[in-house]
Order: sequence, then C-alpha cells, then structure tokens
Amino acid sequence: MSEKTYLQALNEALRQEMERDENVFILGEDVGQFGGCFGVTQGLFDQFGCDRVMDTPITESVIVGAATGAAACGLRPVAELMFVDFIGVSMDQLFNQAAKMRYMFGGKTTVPMTLRAPQGAGIGAAAQHSQCLESWFMNIPGLKVAIPSTPYDAKGLLISAIRDDNPVVFLEHKMLYGVTGEVPDESYTIEIGKADIKREGSDVTIVATSQMVYAALEAAEKLKADGINAEVVDPRCVLPLDKETILESVKKTHALVVVHEAVQFSGPGAEIAAIVAEEAIDYLDAPIKRVGAPFCPVPFSPPLEQHYIPGVKNIIEAVKSIR
Amino acid sequence: MALSKKTLINMYETMNKIRLFELRLQELFAASEIPGFVHLYLGEEAVATGACAALTDNDMITSTHRGHGHLLAKGGDLKLMMAEIFGKKTGYCKGKGGSMHIADLDLGILGANGIVGGGGPLAAGAALAAKYRKNNDVAMCFFGDGASNQGTTQESLNLASAWKLPLVFVNENNGYGISCPQCKSMAVVDIADRAAAYDMPGVVVDGNDVLAVYEAISEAVKRARKGEGPSLVECKTYRWRGHFEGDACTYRCVEELEEWKAKDPIPRFESKLIENKTFTKDEAEKIKAQIEKAVDEAVVYAKESPMPSASALMDDVYA
Ligand SMILES: Cc1ncc(C[n+]2csc(CCOP(=O)(O)OP(=O)(O)O)c2C)c(N)n1
Repeated sequence: MSEKTYLQALNEALRQEMERDENVFILGEDVGQFGGCFGVTQGLFDQFGCDRVMDTPITESVIVGAATGAAACGLRPVAELMFVDFIGVSMDQLFNQAAKMRYMFGGKTTVPMTLRAPQGAGIGAAAQHSQCLESWFMNIPGLKVAIPSTPYDAKGLLISAIRDDNPVVFLEHKMLYGVTGEVPDESYTIEIGKADIKREGSDVTIVATSQMVYAALEAAEKLKADGINAEVVDPRCVLPLDKETILESVKKTHALVVVHEAVQFSGPGAEIAAIVAEEAIDYLDAPIKRVGAPFCPVPFSPPLEQHYIPGVKNIIEAVKSIR
Repeated sequence: MALSKKTLINMYETMNKIRLFELRLQELFAASEIPGFVHLYLGEEAVATGACAALTDNDMITSTHRGHGHLLAKGGDLKLMMAEIFGKKTGYCKGKGGSMHIADLDLGILGANGIVGGGGPLAAGAALAAKYRKNNDVAMCFFGDGASNQGTTQESLNLASAWKLPLVFVNENNGYGISCPQCKSMAVVDIADRAAAYDMPGVVVDGNDVLAVYEAISEAVKRARKGEGPSLVECKTYRWRGHFEGDACTYRCVEELEEWKAKDPIPRFESKLIENKTFTKDEAEKIKAQIEKAVDEAVVYAKESPMPSASALMDDVYA
C-alpha cells in the first residue's frame, strides 16, 4: 500500500491489466509516446510498444467504433477520449452500436470495451471542454458507467471495467488527477455498481459523485459544528446504480441531498431522487434536495466558472434547508 | 497577380499583427496572466493572411482551436480579442467563450471552435445560406491536417461538392495533430489529393508564402462565386510552438523547427516588398512599431477590464 495520485492509480490499473492479459490494448489520440493529454497512459508505450498502445488519427467515431468492433471479436480495448465532450462526434458508435450490439444480436456476442474520458469544469477549458455528461450515458441501456472519486476506487474500478464483458464508460474528473490517496500496489477489483459510504452519519444522506464527494465531505465536517451528522454515499457507478445502499442510508438518516457537477435539471440526481421518492418516501421527513450545475453551458471566465461549479456552500445550504 | 500597394501593405500589417499578438500571448501565458488553454498560431501567419485577403467582410469563415490568426486576418479587434482571452466582460463573448470560441458575426467570423472537425459542417451551412440567398458570398473553412481525418470534414467536402456550394476549404497542414505526425495519421502525402474523391480542385501551396496562398485561394474564391462549387487548398506550413502553451513538444526535433523558422513567412514577404519598392525598411519598422503599440493598448484594456459578474451566468442561454 502506498500513497498515489488518482492519475498514477489509473496508470497502474492499465499497466497491470496489460501485463495480465494480452488481449488488453489501448487506443486513442496522443496516448503513445505523448502519454495522453493528461498523462494517464504515460510510460505504457515504452513498456508495451506501438502494437498495444496505439495512436489514432483524430477520428472519435473510429476510435469508439473500432474499439467496439475489436471487442466484439474478443479483444479488450481501452479507448481514450481526450475529453468527454468529444463523445458527440462518436455518439452513434457508442449508443447505437456498442451499447445495443449484444442485445440486438440475441446475446451472440459480448462487447468488453472500456471507454475512458476525462470530464468536468475547473481548468478554464470553456464550454466545449468542461462538461459532465454522465446523465447522457445513464440513459443508454447496455452501457455501464463508472465515475470514481478516489485513487483507490479509480484503480479497482478501472480493472473491473476492463474485465467486464460490457461496454463501460469510465469517467475521470480532470480536477481529481492530482488527488492522492492510499492505493495497494497489487491488482484488485471493485464491483461495478457497488456504492461506497465515504463517511458514516445519522442525520442526512448526501449522495455525491466524483469531485463532489470531496465537497460533500468538507460540507459534512462543517455541518458537525451545527450538530448535523451527515452520511456521504459515493455511488462510484451511476449505471448500474446501487440503489440498495442509497435506500438503506436514507432509511437510517431520513433525509436526502444529492450532489453532482452535471447539470441539475434532468441530471443523475433526478433519477436518484425519483428512486428514493418511489421506494422510501415513508422514511423521509423532509423534501429531497438536489445540488447540481445550473442549466447553462460551462462559462470560460474563471470567476464565472467557479460560480458555475457546485460547492461546499451550496451543499451546506441544501442540508440546512431540510435539517 | 498585380496587387495594389495598399493590399500588399495590408497583408504585411496583418501578418505582423498576428505575430505580435501571439508573441505577447506567449509571454502573458508564461507569466500566468491568462487562464485556460492557448494554442498559438506563430509561424502560420501567411495562411490566414493570404486566405482572408481574398474575402470580403460579408464572406464567412469557420475557424479552429488555433483561431487567433484567422480572426485577426478577418478583421478581429485586438482589444476585444485580448479581453476575451483574459476572460473579461468586455471581451468578444463577454468572457463566456475564451480563446477557443471567439466569434464576430459582423466580420464574417462564425467562431473559433474547440471541436476538431467541427467547422466543416458549419461552413457548409454558411455556404448554403449564401447560395440560398443568391448573394454571391462565399464561405471558407480553415482546418488542420489532423481535422482532415474527421468524418465531419469529409462529409462537408462531399456535401459541398454534391451541392456545388460556394465554399473554400483551406487546409493548414502544419505536419502534426498534437503529437501525431501526419505520416502516422494518414497514408496520403498531400491532403489536397483527397479533393479528387469529391471531384473538386485540390491544390498544394507553400503556406509560408503569403502571395502564393493569396493567389491559390483567390482562384478558389472566384470559382465559388461563379457557382462552380468548392475547392480544397492545402497550405504547407509549420507551427513554431508546441500544440498548446506548456506543451514540452518532445515529439519533434529541433532541427525540423529550425528548418521551418528559416522559412519564416514574415521576413520573406518583407524583403520582397522592399525589393519591389512597396515600402522601405524604415517604413516596415514603423508599421511594426505601430502594431506593437496597439497590442500594448489591447493588453492594458484587457487587464483593466472587469471580470463578468456572477449574475451574468445564466444570460444568453436562450434568445
Ligand atoms: C473532436 C475533437 N477531438 C480531439 C480534440 C483535441 N484536439 C485539439 S486540437 C487537436 C489537434 C488538431 O490537429 P490539427 O487539426 O492538425 O490542427 P493543429 O493543431 O495542427 O493546428 C486535438 C487532437 C478536439 N479538440 N476535438
């Protein structure tokens, strides 16, 4: 066990899976010698060569589609999108091809493809490079969607994603690459679709994803001063969604706040709130609150961008409005 | 082609405007004064300058993530651009867009673009609008060698040709898409060869020779205005800086860069103009000094401008 960054954890997951299984290979733009736009594939080209770490042209449709085709033929590709925002270019290959192939073919094939993509605001990258798009993917039967917050979760979930026989969209947050945490050196897996309780509490459940887990934890510490003991649940995957852990937590705390950086309207929080309303409304003694990004594209100017990203303050306000 | 003295001097001014603007951005970025990404156009000034010199204010262009050069060549305002790159309220897009999304529809600038290959379909739309209105305008799509591999680019070439749209595709072949050299991303040597697949003219020009660019593109523009359809002009050039500021640029060798720096489009054009007595060396220096001053003023303007206020966040999402 040692302290590693989120980025190192991802790199280690890729390296160990490539060492273990020669069917695993990487493709994407500038993933080779360059090491990936954010450095996640650094060093892999030197170790595995250009036959297993493939620089593609700038052609997202083919990156996603070729990964899908190769996966249907038995390989385990890990494709990288430089920014999740570029998924639009390749969306057909993801939602009409990768996600539906097994079903449409009557179960005749599996599509063990992993699509890694960084998302999120915070680096002044403006509207076309800063979105959180998990709610798009959550609406596509056939996909799985992982969205890890910690270095530990990042490594274990990426290994599971690579070994999964379904297409998995693996969403990394740019602002998390430098975050450190304890990560075992050896290979390990985390079940896809299993939530993690990041902080135990009794008075309110805060379900938070990705970068927002840290904001929720900070908010929970501050709420302690007001005598509110918050539980922070990190779903780690939004598809499948671990509704049991969320429901259990809500049944214990009797209140729910859902937090994500994706746009609040029709965001992942809407689904979580609906599930809790449908299945545990009798346990709630306050309305469900959601904290998400406002319904606008991500602005460029740094003060506006900071205003856009939901923060500790918004979470505290939401909790206090019901507790 | 006999060009008026005024046109030649305008071109010289534009190239220097781009050069000095970008050099200043390089310094400002290094000093952590500007947020976000900056992709500089240094070394490629002759392409935007020669290409836009063949257009009128009514003609539309679509630009790229490396857009400052195109925007300035199309008449973009130094102050408004600088303020936008600083994220200020007074910038072209009120600080909402930044370097990669600057637009000025009045000047025919349909926006820089953060999506590689995003401009082709938009340019096809601009050309379609011109054809629809029968106003004789043309559209121009700037795109890189990397962008030429996107389906969107190929689809735009096809549609423009099938519908004989008044569209000029200007490929800026600087040899790389981030770290990926052209030879690894496509089998053809000349991107212009792909024009054959769409039955349109495809020509290769020295992208560091502003007059050669101007001539080839003027031909293509003429053709488009006559209703004869699109053309593809490939301009061979080179970017001096890394893909973005901060890129260590270890994927290409210094010799290659030096070789291209020796083909710097600006002194090349300058000596030509001095030789044919368009201006004297002194006059050239004076032009540069004036631009330097204008860039200084743009920086002051940008620095002194206010940031947008939080209340602006939800403005302009809908009309
Ligand atoms: C759809 C999409 N894919 C990838 C990127 C990331 N990206 C930005 S610029 C670039 C390289 C573009 O190369 P080229 O078109 O040759 O233009 P150049 O940078 O050389 O001017 C890449 C891959 C992007 N912005 N959009």
